Amino acid sequence: MKLNVNGADHEVDVDPNMPLLWVLRDELGITGPKYGCGIAQCGACTVHIDGQAVRSCQVAIGDLQGDVTTIEGLGTPDALHAVQAAWVEHQVAQCGYCQSGQIMQAAAMLELNPEPTDADIDAVMSGNLCRCGTYPRIRAAVKTAAANLKGA
Amino acid sequence: MSRVGKIARRTFLVGSAAIAGGVAFGYYMYKRPAKNPLLDDLAAGEAALTPYVMINAEGITLITPRADSGQGVYSVQAAMIAEELDVDLDQVKVDPGPPSPAYYNTALAEEAAPFRPTNEGFTAESARGMMDVLMKFLGMQVTGGSTTVPDGYEKLRIAGAVARETLKAAAAAETGVPVSQLKTERGAVILPDGTARNYVDLAAKAAEIDPVEKVVLRDPSEWRLMGKPMMRHDILAKSTGTLTYGIDAKIDGMVHAAIKLNPRQGGAMISYDDSAALALPGVQKVIPIKGGVGVIASNTWYAIQGAEAVACDWGPAPFPPEQAQHWEALASSFTAEAQDSQQRNDGDVEAALEGAQVIEAEYRAPYLAHAPLEPISAIVQVTDERVDIWTGTQIPRFVQSNVAKMTGLDADNVHVHVMMMGGSFGHRLEDEVVKQATELAIAMKGTPVKLTYSREEDMIHDFARQIAMGRGRGAVKDGKVHAFDLGIAMPSVVVSQLGRQGLNMPGPDTQIVAGAWEQPFAIPNYRVTGYRAPQLAPISSWRSVGASSNGFLHDGFLDELIHAAGADPMVERIRLCWHEPSRKVLQAVKEMSGWDGFEMGENRGRGVAFTLSFGVPVAEVVEVTNTDRGIKIDKVYVAADVGKIVDPINFDNLVKGGVIWGLGHAINCEITYTDGIVDQTNFHVYEGLRMYQSPQIEVQGLENASKIRGIGEPPVPPAAPALANAIFAATGQRLREMPFNKFIDFV
Repeated sequence: MKLNVNGADHEVDVDPNMPLLWVLRDELGITGPKYGCGIAQCGACTVHIDGQAVRSCQVAIGDLQGDVTTIEGLGTPDALHAVQAAWVEHQVAQCGYCQSGQIMQAAAMLELNPEPTDADIDAVMSGNLCRCGTYPRIRAAVKTAAANLKGA
Repeated sequence: MSRVGKIARRTFLVGSAAIAGGVAFGYYMYKRPAKNPLLDDLAAGEAALTPYVMINAEGITLITPRADSGQGVYSVQAAMIAEELDVDLDQVKVDPGPPSPAYYNTALAEEAAPFRPTNEGFTAESARGMMDVLMKFLGMQVTGGSTTVPDGYEKLRIAGAVARETLKAAAAAETGVPVSQLKTERGAVILPDGTARNYVDLAAKAAEIDPVEKVVLRDPSEWRLMGKPMMRHDILAKSTGTLTYGIDAKIDGMVHAAIKLNPRQGGAMISYDDSAALALPGVQKVIPIKGGVGVIASNTWYAIQGAEAVACDWGPAPFPPEQAQHWEALASSFTAEAQDSQQRNDGDVEAALEGAQVIEAEYRAPYLAHAPLEPISAIVQVTDERVDIWTGTQIPRFVQSNVAKMTGLDADNVHVHVMMMGGSFGHRLEDEVVKQATELAIAMKGTPVKLTYSREEDMIHDFARQIAMGRGRGAVKDGKVHAFDLGIAMPSVVVSQLGRQGLNMPGPDTQIVAGAWEQPFAIPNYRVTGYRAPQLAPISSWRSVGASSNGFLHDGFLDELIHAAGADPMVERIRLCWHEPSRKVLQAVKEMSGWDGFEMGENRGRGVAFTLSFGVPVAEVVEVTNTDRGIKIDKVYVAADVGKIVDPINFDNLVKGGVIWGLGHAINCEITYTDGIVDQTNFHVYEGLRMYQSPQIEVQGLENASKIRGIGEPPVPPAAPALANAIFAATGQRLREMPFNKFIDFV
């Protein structure tokens, strides 16, 4: 099976039922997307497929259609995406394990809705669980990112 | 002027040692120094040295022995060393170092000693000194009990200062310029003419001279880093998906593994049939281990699928199988025989209740899972000569000795590589996952085996937070709380947890009454009694341990008495509180919230709660609205006093996280048993708090307390009672059992 991740083509020989998450993590060594629950309850595995935020634990590799972007493809430590820059500025992370998914979810939301209200942010981001409780900083960082993207 | 001169003589012998191409600074303790963990790598020098600073051609490395599960302690520990060493955090590497008895945790022992943290008299101080010695023997390099900052506050700064002064002496020896004319800045000694001599270049010389042992720590007013907002060293990596957690680690040639254990935790496996599993793609091998099987595969998902496909016949649970039996065991433990402690008994409770209108209530706190978002994992490689372990753990010393026993190798040949952790909350104070991975690695000798728990295995085989039951009796008089009598029954967390490490805990278990017996209230007739219930399901430390349940039991019942007295919940708590730093956190939330009574108009109300835990007084005010769709938490105000705040940003983040942790579990979470099996298997039935329920939180840190303390746990205990008290204010409904969503709807 062929797939494109962060602009690079890959070919893997696995069970077509294998979730995209495990192809990324164990077959391709792309570990930014995290395993938290396996049942689309935590959002830690969120990636973009053709720009849309998707739970990669729920996409069988055999059903994958579209190009995949992971947190590593969104931006890098030397060239941060605006959402990542806002996450750094607000020092959102505690353990940080959920933050790849939070950032991917927030980036996809801001593409569709560049000026989200507080209620929009709560509605979209509530699918992403943070056990450390960084929600107040996530809210603030999303707003900073929105402002910076608007100014860009 | 700090007390360091006295401390250095009493506790520490400061030293340095040559290492390949450089120098290591640190100190060793007491009369029989613990063995140096880095000795194998040292070329020559002081055998007993425990390094905290290492400088060689590769640069400056700060050793931060307390584990980071997300609380930011690598950065905080590094900052405490860097403050005195005169380096900036962008110039240094931070390394947790190897397991070593020399990195023992004195502050954790202090928390275990049965003296109120408000009592700093002679007896209390000397008993804590005894515990210090005890802890050294135990050699516990444990991260827990919010102790990293208090444990390192002096040790780490002294290590930095000794290194700095010795490097200055080395520069003086090389240049002939007297030390008094030398300054230090950004990792260099600065000569009077402005020339900079880098520490790295001075390292070899510093290793040759006697270390400067007498140092004076800087006054906080001179601090460059501490007390000011810091940028955590891991933030960039955690914002770009580039940080390697334990679950992300990869070792050449490794195989992946999953397990299937008896869902009745600790029960035996009678038989298994692996034929269906072995027929699945990617599955290589099924290996029986203690209490279940491990499945070896080429990919984690294949391994998990394989584990699910193994058919097993399980033995019974080694504890009562039904939840109701656990509550019955607690209910029948309020007896003289089961009494564990009664360290608070002021006035005469019985006489005060005699003839009074007695108010009685029973409170309950359920079992809970830790459920950090990163499931537990470990990579273990066993050869004839050595074992290597890569795992996120709070107890590297126990891991090392347990694996040494399992493999028959000397502990010196068991190498624990502590990995970054995606949360813990106490989960990684257990090491079953390492033992299981070691069983598999022994069977796969030479091959690194990476065992990853599925979320379901992690939830079902977590060692839960204790259940607790509180029974209160009390009376009021003249509009005041007059008598307060609280009995608390729970199984002993410490006995359960230490028992798994083969250790006994003699005497009373202070965690049974933690967060209750030591509260600084001058109630004239005031008694707190701990009752030790029989050991039931295996339990473990969960963020704030005993106080996580007892804060709710104590403050919830106190609130009932205050309302019965017709007093204002805030005013009466402040009146009763005799401990100045505690009273000030109550006064702070009073002002922050504009408190003018518990009533806030129709369908609205506010509650206050207070818990002193881990030596930290924390007061919280919660404001709620009772809407058509249920209770909405509008706002939370928190004030906490840790003596000194090392990093205000991390402090703010940890306090808010602690409040959200406390509220989320109080509202939404419980672990229950049916047929000996945990009913809650994943986040769909164990959510904690999601963003839509998460309130605005305002935080104020005070610095009136006399000792520095940690903030990871203390914000948790008052959150649940503050919410319950607010719901009572808004609705008149008194919640006495968690989770609250069993009794009232939330938006």
